[in-house]
Amino acid sequence: MSEAHQEQQEHRLRAPVSDDDWSRGPADAPVTLVEYLDYECPHCQAMHPVLERLGHAHRDKLRLVVRHFPVASSHPHATDAALAAEAAGRQGKFWDVHDLLFGHPGRLAPEDLLNHARQLGLDLRRFEDDLNDPQLTRKIEEQKRQGVRSGVNGTPTLFLNGVRYDGPRDVESLSQAVAEAGKAADLRG
Amino acid sequence: MPALEVGTKAPDFELEASGERTVGLSAMLKEGKNVVVAFYPAAFSPVCGDELSVFQEALDEFERLDAQVIAISVDNIWSVDAFARAKGITFALLADFHPKGAVAEKYGVMNSDLGLAERALFIVDPQGVIRYSYVSPMLENPGADRLLDALEQMRKKRA
Repeated sequence: MSEAHQEQQEHRLRAPVSDDDWSRGPADAPVTLVEYLDYECPHCQAMHPVLERLGHAHRDKLRLVVRHFPVASSHPHATDAALAAEAAGRQGKFWDVHDLLFGHPGRLAPEDLLNHARQLGLDLRRFEDDLNDPQLTRKIEEQKRQGVRSGVNGTPTLFLNGVRYDGPRDVESLSQAVAEAGKAADLRG
Repeated sequence: MPALEVGTKAPDFELEASGERTVGLSAMLKEGKNVVVAFYPAAFSPVCGDELSVFQEALDEFERLDAQVIAISVDNIWSVDAFARAKGITFALLADFHPKGAVAEKYGVMNSDLGLAERALFIVDPQGVIRYSYVSPMLENPGADRLLDALEQMRKKRA
């Protein structure tokens, strides 16, 4: 393989985590893991239980943030699913829909999304209005744009304390990476 | 031959492409835009879908930075066409099939041991000069950020 122009370049998150992000875990956690995801992506599906276990194992020092990266060109329902999560978020149920979407793979058609909303007892009229709110579409598009600029190269893409994580994605490897990121954060004080 | 370097004149080519197109570099450059030329190992290989899907999702960004995107593999035209359709790729996927890898060879990114193109990225400016050149490890999806950064730098220099 040619070695020409090989460069080691760190891919860094261009848009810092803010109050606009959906997050789980302590806000002042020393380690923040950002996941760019697509609800129709089987690899994101597989990532979901891994991150749940990771969050549980490091619950005092890990904050999990998710951002949207619907790969609309090959996943026709991905954008609608992201909108459903955001619309549910306006009624305080972002994570519930997030978990339902990953808990029921393949159920992302419009009627499925409404069923999820119904199951969670959401105000359905408001939910449907929010699904059509251009502001939410813009939020998702903007996350995607920032994601591309940060080095998202498929889904899921993970960033640990702002740096793209390209290592193995099993619980043990990630757990070790979280511990190391935590130590590095401690050293920086 | 190593990958062509920045400052080199980009070799011209014309190949059959997805969507029943014939795509030539010099014809594209006449439109006055930059052309991103992405070589990738093969249609339907496990990493490529992601790389090209990310480019597809970033097309607006490329457009904003005055760049068109094309991608080249050594697959035959039916294979790249099926790949484009399966992945919803609307930009042109070129078939560098016969003689196999001739264009990849000209750009110094044909891996003759494997019979595949390297995963390589070039930006050709409207004058036909290579302004960015990068060869990624074959199993590593290079993403679009470095291309967009390079295009932004080019725009700043011009301004």
